[in-house]
Amino acid sequence: MTNAKITNIRPDFALITNWVPARAKVLDLGCGDGTLLTHLHETLATTGYGIEKDDSNWLAALKNGVDVIQMNLEEGLSGFEDQSFDTVILSQTLQAMHNTESIVQEMLRVGREVIVTFPNFGYWRNRMQITFGTMPVSKSLPYQWYDTPNVHLCTINDFDDFCVQHQIQVMERKVITGGKDVHLLPNLMGNLAMYRLRKHSA
Amino acid sequence: MSESNSVGIVKAQVAHFTQPLTLKSGAVLPQYHLTYETYGELNAAKTNAVLICHALSGNHHVAGRYAADDKYPGWWDNLIGPGKPLDTNKFFVIGLNNLGGCHGSSGPSSVDPLTDKPYSATFPVVTVEDWVESQARLLDYLGIEQLAAVIGGSLGGMQALQWNIAYPERVRHAFVIASAPNLTAQNMAFNEVARQAIITDPEFFNGDYYNHGTVPRRGLRIARMLGHITYLSDDVMGEKFGRKLRHGDVKYSFDVEFEMESYLRYQGDKFAGEFDANTYLRMTRALDYFDPALDYEGDLSKALSRAKAKFVVISFTTDWRFSPARSREIVKALLDNALPVKYAEVTSDHGHDAFLMPDPYYHDIMRAYLEQVKV
Repeated sequence: MTNAKITNIRPDFALITNWVPARAKVLDLGCGDGTLLTHLHETLATTGYGIEKDDSNWLAALKNGVDVIQMNLEEGLSGFEDQSFDTVILSQTLQAMHNTESIVQEMLRVGREVIVTFPNFGYWRNRMQITFGTMPVSKSLPYQWYDTPNVHLCTINDFDDFCVQHQIQVMERKVITGGKDVHLLPNLMGNLAMYRLRKHSA
Repeated sequence: MSESNSVGIVKAQVAHFTQPLTLKSGAVLPQYHLTYETYGELNAAKTNAVLICHALSGNHHVAGRYAADDKYPGWWDNLIGPGKPLDTNKFFVIGLNNLGGCHGSSGPSSVDPLTDKPYSATFPVVTVEDWVESQARLLDYLGIEQLAAVIGGSLGGMQALQWNIAYPERVRHAFVIASAPNLTAQNMAFNEVARQAIITDPEFFNGDYYNHGTVPRRGLRIARMLGHITYLSDDVMGEKFGRKLRHGDVKYSFDVEFEMESYLRYQGDKFAGEFDANTYLRMTRALDYFDPALDYEGDLSKALSRAKAKFVVISFTTDWRFSPARSREIVKALLDNALPVKYAEVTSDHGHDAFLMPDPYYHDIMRAYLEQVKV
């Protein structure tokens, strides 16, 4: 199913690559060691910057040749001009943000398009664990309830509602499990949700 | 500490310039000299030169020692040497004493060849722009067309920034560390108090103390004590001295009672014995005047629109004199110009002084980046 050019990369990264135009100017929020930005640069000749808070990730990103800015996303993107990037990406970090609403708005302010990915809390395996009385712990949600950085977990239905409420246009949505597309009952069968967003034109 | 990665015994050199230098103020220096040191070897293609720009009280003695038994090495020795983050096996490093300095370059305390007397108060007020101009001439003198990197902290960071405004084609990489695009009113206020301490010292004689056989030691000492308070963070002062008493209990006197006082007095005395008051006035003024955005309707992004270098901007969390917010202004201007920039905010307790400390993360950044620089 996947038309990504490289297979030895995280499946969501490969899919993100399909949503980024060639030579785009990209801002990757929470870029980690810069793997995604490096991949985008190598495959699509993109330019841009990463934002990373953690020292060791920051240093790893530098070593990967990424232009990386050390700052805390919770404080917003005040150093970035309106609509100054083609694509702003937040991959699997949304659920760990405290100021969830404001960061999504900030991304839409800075980027013409926004890509957000997050683990779907509505995935049936998560539901099963709750049904049997425990908080979900899995590959995509690897933390115990007491040490998790995830403070704003949501389901695909929740995020769809969020977009409607905040006048956000969902240009594309992809739901995957184990690297494969999910079309049937995505909120139940999908492990990872990916959204391509932009502001509703006024 | 092992000396195996030291640049070893070094020697200062002097370059004389006879082409007049018109300063930003309009004043002209008909001739001048710059004292400098170099470490490592300039490669055949002359592509591995790194210029170190010094801060308020710095000089050309950046690394190594003049004699094996020197108590202290150069002021940035922890960064520079064979195998150190700025590796002299790879780079040819240049340190110089800026114009107006008091460590060997033309300045108020040096002899004016036209009069055979110290320039004294007649030495003009110099600016960051003037320094960069004179540094460019030093590069010409050394036959270096382009710097692999220019590196500076604090006031030195301002020079690193200015290089990219005045000579963008001559810089490949620029390190702007613990710096700011201009000084805040509060920051300038500290400078003004320091200058007032010097100028009102009865031994100052309007800057002509060399001819009166005096030194405005008290003023310089107070200026330095004030400076030291602002270079440290509240936390690190608390940690280092707290409310510790010098003599076990209070004496109800105005002598040294607290350890902190002892430290400040020691630092002040040491500085007053080795630094020139007229230079101090000029260095602080250079800080005050630097404001590259001023010529561009206050827009720093426009000021940097001709810059071509790749930038590394670093700030330190407890630095309140050159706060991270000021570094982020520089970063924003670079982002606005879509220039390559890496920005790190280093967690440190050491306030402004942190840029001179061998913090592991900070030095890892310097090392990792400089390893990638092609020469």
